[in-house]
Amino acid sequence: MPILHAMQETFGYVPQDAIPLIADAMNLSRAEVHGVFTFYHDFRHEPAGRHIVKVCVAEACQAAGARDTSPKFEKALDCAFGETRPDGQVTLEPIYCLGLCACGPSAMVDGRLVGLIDDEAIAEIAAEVRS
Amino acid sequence: MSVVIYVPGDAAAVAVGADRVAKAITEGLARRGVEGRVVRNGSRGMIWLEPLVEVVTAAGRVGYGPVKPRDVEALLDGGLLDGAGHDLRLGDVEKIPFFAKQERFTFKRVGVTDPVSLDDYLAHGGYKGLERAIAMGPADTVEEVFNSGLRGRGGAGFPTGIKWRTVAACAPGKKYIVCNADEGDSGTFADRMIMEGDPFQLIEGMTIAGVAVGADMGYVYCRSEYPHAVIAMNKAIQAARKAGYLGRGVAGSQYDYDMEVRVGAGAYVCGEETSLLESLEGRRGLVRAKPPLPAHKGLFGKPTVINNVLSLAAVPFILSEGAKAYADVGFGRSRGTMPIQLAGNIKYGGLYEIAFGVTLGELVEEVGGGTFTGLPVRAVQVGGPLGAYFPRALFDTPFDYEAFAKKDGLIGHGGIVVFDDNVDMAKQARFAMEFCSVESCGKCTPCRIGSTRGVEVMDKIIAGVEREKNLAILEDLSHTMKLGSLCALGGFTPYPVMSALTHFPEDFGRGPMPLAAE
Ligand SMILES: Cc1cc2nc3c(=O)[nH]c(=O)nc-3n(C[C@H](O)[C@H](O)[C@H](O)COP(=O)(O)O)c2cc1C
Ligand code: SF4
Ligand code: FES
Ligand code: FES
Repeated sequence: MPILHAMQETFGYVPQDAIPLIADAMNLSRAEVHGVFTFYHDFRHEPAGRHIVKVCVAEACQAAGARDTSPKFEKALDCAFGETRPDGQVTLEPIYCLGLCACGPSAMVDGRLVGLIDDEAIAEIAAEVRS
Repeated sequence: MSVVIYVPGDAAAVAVGADRVAKAITEGLARRGVEGRVVRNGSRGMIWLEPLVEVVTAAGRVGYGPVKPRDVEALLDGGLLDGAGHDLRLGDVEKIPFFAKQERFTFKRVGVTDPVSLDDYLAHGGYKGLERAIAMGPADTVEEVFNSGLRGRGGAGFPTGIKWRTVAACAPGKKYIVCNADEGDSGTFADRMIMEGDPFQLIEGMTIAGVAVGADMGYVYCRSEYPHAVIAMNKAIQAARKAGYLGRGVAGSQYDYDMEVRVGAGAYVCGEETSLLESLEGRRGLVRAKPPLPAHKGLFGKPTVINNVLSLAAVPFILSEGAKAYADVGFGRSRGTMPIQLAGNIKYGGLYEIAFGVTLGELVEEVGGGTFTGLPVRAVQVGGPLGAYFPRALFDTPFDYEAFAKKDGLIGHGGIVVFDDNVDMAKQARFAMEFCSVESCGKCTPCRIGSTRGVEVMDKIIAGVEREKNLAILEDLSHTMKLGSLCALGGFTPYPVMSALTHFPEDFGRGPMPLAAE
């Protein structure tokens, strides 16, 4: 797993060609490495957009308004959850809890944490993603 | 004279602007030619006041909050450094009722000290517990933990002392301490706050565990959603190692113990202990059948203590203050304190550590102040995504493992998520099924297929299609999942689903619950 994490850090995703290389290096079968790679939600199979917006969709954020703010993210970013916008500018992902449940709704934008999300915060994030 | 200003580096504070506040203060001080130091402490747990800035004055620490970056200049001009008056001035933050009413055993240093300073830790009573454990020896240390009545804070509430006894009784040889820092439950953040706000305490707790059961290596398995916690833990581990508190002969004793942090990869089920061990070994996080227990055959097949962050972080207090001091507070068979996390739609959200026995109603209404939207509280979910939804009618339930179980609920990791009366409980039930289907490890059919079917059935119920027939299917499905699942993901998902249906039938198109239903 540390190898897969490192790959993702470097390339932004784990290239399909890397699986046999990792398997050889670790003395494992390709199927084993592929199994690990596909089990975990973190590992990306394709390159992500230039910006990555992860929005918390778990219960505490729902209670704090995420059921309203989540669709607003899709609209503002012009991108559906689980997808990368065709221009490659942004990837929007759902995430289950960032541990910011007392200041939700929350999100992580390119690794930066954002709490108390409102319309203004969404507009700011959309602007950030445009650059 | 050099001033000291605390600006929390806790992830929740950072999410509401603490980094920018810290930067503005540093720059403001430089511009004024004032010599000063900004310390990034943990959070005091009053999240609605974050970023909560504290200044050290001759009369003690004076708090201000919530401070926005644009407030900083006015604060500095208005005499922040002397603790002068201002709209945001809170005074002594320990006198704020939310804080003053707590019993902070595990969180006593969080928000007070510089989290990654070993000197600060030592100056605030750190490593007294390990010192006593070394003096007492392994056997008595295990008994001390047993006598404290400490139960696992990860969810199941299993007595920690019994777990340690089992591992201690295994033949000498390679053994491991594993700390479960996967904290996947929505509405919980206490583990994160410990790792970010007082990482040495967790290191000390794990070291004591190592000495007690004869393990010389430990791992913290931390979820990938917590990058700040990973950084703080790694810094603290390095500092402890450098000072001889980790490695060969910890703290000058004959016991060896060292540890590392490993990062997960976004799988809720990896919080389940056997799935976590699989993941630590580099495999898919498939749940293992028990027995064998991890205490007998755990990590790499060796005897392993696996405990939650809060369980291990409670240990230094138990050793330094004595088992009795811990066991003296509590309720029934739930001894000691619980770091409760108030979350969701709540006015005063945050971390509230208190002895067991406080009622759910007190926590939500009095401590938490009800909802931040100002609407009435309709439901609270206790214990994460596998925990039951409670209506107001059950607000007299005391916070206690057994009392919650009696009401078909669980306290889990101590998270309370508050919903106002806009909540649609049928949607919440659907979400519980959806979450289970997304996070299922796939080993058991009732969990994997049942939850997917559950989502479909809930969709029909919400759409009003053959309601009674589909509700009967839902009940049947829940029953099958409860009985036919290997772990609590499949086994407990029926709790939120069925509690929503039982207590809020009107949201499922059934008449309101008759009052005499008890
Ligand atoms: C699906 C699932 C998820 C779990 N997630 C966690 C978790 O995130 N953190 C945790 O400490 N325990 C979690 N547990 C409980 C662990 O299996 C285990 O009981 C715990 O780590 C034991 O430590 P304790 O005795 O100190 O509570 C989870 C259990 C299940 C079934
Ligand atoms: S209940 Fe679900 S998560 Fe648990 S072992 Fe079975 S399939 Fe895996
Ligand atoms: S539920 Fe969104 S941060 Fe915890
Ligand atoms: S982590 Fe993706 S299926 Fe369990």
